[in-house]
Amino acid sequence: MEITVFGRGCATCNNTIQRIEAEAKSLGVPVDVSKVSDDVEIIKAGVMTTPAVMIGGKIVHAGGIPSAEAVRGWLK
Amino acid sequence: MIYAVAFMRSFMSPERARAWLAGKSRFVGYALAAFFGVITPFCSCSSVPLFIAFLSAGIPLGVTMTFLITSPLVNEVAVILLGEWWGFGFMGVYVGRGVVLGMIGGGVVDTLKLEKWVEPFVWDIKMPVPEMLEERQGWRWREKFARSEALSIFKKVWVYVLIGVGVGAALHGYVPKEWFIAHAGADNPFAVPLAVIAGIPLYSNATGIIPVASVLMDKGVPVGTILAFIMSIVAISLPEIMILKKVLKVQMIAFFIAFLVVAFTCVGYLFNFLFSGGI
Repeated sequence: MEITVFGRGCATCNNTIQRIEAEAKSLGVPVDVSKVSDDVEIIKAGVMTTPAVMIGGKIVHAGGIPSAEAVRGWLK
Repeated sequence: MIYAVAFMRSFMSPERARAWLAGKSRFVGYALAAFFGVITPFCSCSSVPLFIAFLSAGIPLGVTMTFLITSPLVNEVAVILLGEWWGFGFMGVYVGRGVVLGMIGGGVVDTLKLEKWVEPFVWDIKMPVPEMLEERQGWRWREKFARSEALSIFKKVWVYVLIGVGVGAALHGYVPKEWFIAHAGADNPFAVPLAVIAGIPLYSNATGIIPVASVLMDKGVPVGTILAFIMSIVAISLPEIMILKKVLKVQMIAFFIAFLVVAFTCVGYLFNFLFSGGI
């Protein structure tokens, strides 16, 4: 599953990536997490609060670390 | 208390603030932007996308700046702690001063037409309208947001409170009252601007500073001088301001730091005058 995380690389963004990878590992779902940290790219994707998460071209989350429950929901 | 505030804030998002601010007249814009700046939760590392998103919605530069500066000026945790330590009247005055300063800052930017100090590439960016996320609907999400927010604030805060109490105790035990009276007392007319300048390189979470402030108050430092020091430490955080360097020219950043220094000094004098008999 391809997942994009938008954020300029502050602690919150890194925690988001870690949480997604950890949940994917425990569910056994292979994920490919890519990171977009350029502000202009972030804006062009229609994101104004980071960290934001995009799956399959759709923004599913923005502004803050997603809950583990939410992450599991996306991975299913 | 923090939980209740976080719950209220779950109704607000920068995306909503943007939608509500677009197309408003300037004066309504400043007031609303200051109000939203107080209540909208956002991480300072989102400042750049937020800034561009506001401008691309046609929101004037001054109104955008009002939103961005009111947010650190009125830190919600500091507000709650001030209310609990020094009373709710004082808390109200503190919030009011943040809102007024934010509005004045935005007004000055528009009056002086400082658009020239924004990096030109910003004006060319066309941004799709940000979606309102489905996940943000419903009471269950709000409850969870409030709980996790309260928990993360609590986790972050106790370290600062401990440091603050430690610094406060050190000041209390080792620095004699006479030193403070002589240097930061009401008779030294330069105490307020010095307090602001001393606070610029220092950065602390608002919560750590309040135990220190209480000790300073016991030592006879006037309220306005303490407040000027607190505001400078909490709101002028160089690393956070530098994030905006990507979209703002150096002149604009210098202008804002200067504006805040002058504004905090004025507020310090004003509070010393208003509360000269104590809180």
